[in-house]
Amino acid sequence: MLVLEIRGLQTHLVTRWGTVKAVDGVSFDVAAGETLGLVGESGSGKSMTCLSIVRLIPSAGRIVGGSVRLDGEELLSKSEREMQQLRGRKVGMILQDPMSSLNPVFSIGRQVREPVAMYHGLRGQALGERAAALLAAVRIPSPVERLRAFPHQLSGGMRQRVVGAMAIAAPPRLLIADEPTTSLDLTIQSQYLSLLEELQRRHDLAMIFITHNLGIVSRICDRVAVMYAGRIVEMGMVRQIFTSPAHPYTRALLESIPRLGARTSRLAAIEGQPPDMAKLPGGCAFAPRCPHVMDRCREQAPPEFTVAPGQVSRCWLHAPA
Amino acid sequence: MPPRDGGAVTAATPLLEVQELTKHLLVPGGALGWHTRLVRAVDAVSFTLEAGRTMGLVGESGCGKTTTSKLILGLEPPTAGAIRFEGEDVAGLGGEGARRYRRAVQAVFQDPYASLDPRMRVGTIIAEPLVINERGGSAKRRRRVQQLLDLVGLPARTAELFPHEFSGGQRQRIAIARALALSPRLVVLDEPVSALDVSIRAQILNLLRDLQERLGVSYLFIAHDLAAVAHMSHTIAVMYLGKIVEIGEAETVALSPRHPYTKALFSAALPIDLDAPAAAVPLAGEVPSPLAPPSGCRFHPRCPFVLPQCSVEEPPLRSHEGRQVACHLY
Amino acid sequence: MRADVVALPEVAAVAPPSRMRNVPYVSLGIITVFVLLAVLAPLLSPADPNDQSLRNRFKPPAWEEGGSWKHPLGTDRLGRDMLSRIIWGSRVSLAAGVVTVLVASAFGAAVGLVAGYYGGRVDAALMRLTDATLSFPVILLALILAVTVGPSFGNVVLAIAVILWARYARVIRGQVLTLMHLDFIAQARLAGAGALRIISRHLLPNTLNTLVVLVTLQIGYVIIVEASLSFLGAGIPPPTPAWGSMIAEGREFVTSAWWVSMFPGLAILLVVLAFNLLGDWLRDTFDPKLRQL
Repeated sequence: MLVLEIRGLQTHLVTRWGTVKAVDGVSFDVAAGETLGLVGESGSGKSMTCLSIVRLIPSAGRIVGGSVRLDGEELLSKSEREMQQLRGRKVGMILQDPMSSLNPVFSIGRQVREPVAMYHGLRGQALGERAAALLAAVRIPSPVERLRAFPHQLSGGMRQRVVGAMAIAAPPRLLIADEPTTSLDLTIQSQYLSLLEELQRRHDLAMIFITHNLGIVSRICDRVAVMYAGRIVEMGMVRQIFTSPAHPYTRALLESIPRLGARTSRLAAIEGQPPDMAKLPGGCAFAPRCPHVMDRCREQAPPEFTVAPGQVSRCWLHAPA
Repeated sequence: MPPRDGGAVTAATPLLEVQELTKHLLVPGGALGWHTRLVRAVDAVSFTLEAGRTMGLVGESGCGKTTTSKLILGLEPPTAGAIRFEGEDVAGLGGEGARRYRRAVQAVFQDPYASLDPRMRVGTIIAEPLVINERGGSAKRRRRVQQLLDLVGLPARTAELFPHEFSGGQRQRIAIARALALSPRLVVLDEPVSALDVSIRAQILNLLRDLQERLGVSYLFIAHDLAAVAHMSHTIAVMYLGKIVEIGEAETVALSPRHPYTKALFSAALPIDLDAPAAAVPLAGEVPSPLAPPSGCRFHPRCPFVLPQCSVEEPPLRSHEGRQVACHLY
Repeated sequence: MRADVVALPEVAAVAPPSRMRNVPYVSLGIITVFVLLAVLAPLLSPADPNDQSLRNRFKPPAWEEGGSWKHPLGTDRLGRDMLSRIIWGSRVSLAAGVVTVLVASAFGAAVGLVAGYYGGRVDAALMRLTDATLSFPVILLALILAVTVGPSFGNVVLAIAVILWARYARVIRGQVLTLMHLDFIAQARLAGAGALRIISRHLLPNTLNTLVVLVTLQIGYVIIVEASLSFLGAGIPPPTPAWGSMIAEGREFVTSAWWVSMFPGLAILLVVLAFNLLGDWLRDTFDPKLRQL
């Protein structure tokens, strides 16, 4: 059952250097119980896409086109008031830095109780018990004592769990996790990913996981969308994409990453620099760096082509002959 | 894995020898910060590094790898232990010797946006070590700057521009050029590519390896990307709460780790290979605070293979299957 | 190796759009006018500011009844031309403002740089000194100096600068503390740079933005302090025309000969406002994060 349907989303940012098409025609779906990985580098548009879903884009930004439907309801036509009702209740978010997601001057208990009180109308003892139950659900030891603690008394991993608890307090239909493990230690990262998987199973959550780490994608995602310069350049099941990547960017990325146990003396690096979003070349944004570039690529931006069942690639190489 | 014959012929004396290196830090503690508490940030760490080779240092937060690098760079004085460079004890070096050491050991840091003075032109930034340490006119320096820019693959024009005109990857190249200005023998690389876009990392890692082959420089490579460390390093040392728990040839440690922590660490590295065996050793608990390290083996509270003696006696590094491991299992 | 040479993006054919919006032309204009008046006072002043003429006492400004264009802004109680006195008075105010601020900022920045760089006990000692200084009232000190040593331009500058430097020290030290964490400082150390080089070539240039903003905002403050001192009789002694003492002289006649106090007051207002607006704009252009200044 589809929880999220996005079609042709376009978000523009006004900067000193002109208008940047941060999200340029992005379309994808996420079903209940499914995890979609959004992979890309800085400027690819992955974070801006998710901010557009909840309409929390920066003031210099405008959603200029497209459709975002949550359980069939169109979000882009909702008022700000309606969106406020929706955020947290229907869509939960976990961001990268747990220290700035939590208010340092309020106790954990106070911060966890807030969404619970809002969404379930509980008060007093019932509220406290529910909050403790939430902390237990994210595997925080001694949850009742922890309610009295403050963020700085907790480790990074613990804080991210608290953030996770708040995100699933409702529980929402969709959970967006934006690089939640990037600031955590490796061994803690493993634990946290397991926790997310468990939460997803329990609440049948649709999940979007934003990351630049392909290793995490292979571990936790069912499908993956690779973004470059504001567009999705390839999308499909994780296994498909990793074993037979179609788009040159995906291929180059996978080849350039060092692997444990692979005996190479030289990594296959991608030439050039990430694109300057304010000065995108006409045609395909990856053309300047593409090992298979053709004249057509520089003139015209390619549409999405289906390369295999469930796998699409935005590249002229895959145009039907 | 890097080819075995890369770099200079190894001399009898290793380039860098670290013996029982220790650093204790006093941090404010107690309710009002009045008491001071002792943090054994680095505790009796020993290793050697040959010329032209790379040693990878891995571990999580609080393990002491950054402090170790600062000790080797001379940015902080050790509490105990010795650092020997080309056979000489660094601590005993007088003015001239200390200056020589300073020139022979340089660093590249993680943040490309904080490591270049925003108010200076790139050419001036790269030339600064030359200005401070060498005689010779500005013409000679300009030539050297151009040579260094060429070495790191940046066009000559770069020298005239300011750091803010460059991307993260280009800035790291500039930082590498500056680090090489005095022809150092050892460069400490502290997370050199972590802050860069994924598509750029391979370029920089390739550059670093090429430079090692061309110049015979040694690296101390610190990173949390284990695959990158394994790719770049000849030897790997795994640190936990200030101690080395396993150390050996990179391939050996990375592909067949023996210490339970090393196993957990490398399996948490999440291979891209979908058919690779799943994470075998999930670790319980948090990374403990270095303020209150556990008794005996520091890893024992989280160890899935813990034995009774682990909480009592700290295991020394012992040879086992071609590497050194600090674990009572062996 | 050649394959790795990165093609530099073309150094922008079009430079990024300037951050210079809303340049405060009016403020710049006002400041320029007063600077010119101060510098060219001998040429621009229609009359000798100290030329007394008891017959022409309390002549009103030209547009009032009884006034004439010979004395466009009227005359004071000794018949001296107001316009000339205002023009000559600008010398005192601007000189006091600029000199004091330069002296205070140089000393204060030095203290801030040293405290921030060395940290530890040096920092603690210097900051205790700074805190003590910040709590001392400027006017009181100036009055004491005036009473004991006698009023003069030098004493005014000294009295104000001796307290003003502390503000700079605090702000610059704060900036330096932030800078010290940045890697390029550690890199300078690795290159063998000593304290002097790091402070002068790395720390100071990166604090210049803040310094310029602070200096500009402080000139207005110093002008007001100097005027206050002159008003109280502890500033520049007569017969040198100073806006503050001019206001004092006209104090008793505010209802009858309002122009004697009004015009010097207006001059102070304009100049201080102009410097403050300029300083605000500089701060917003360089670094909006400095809003607390």
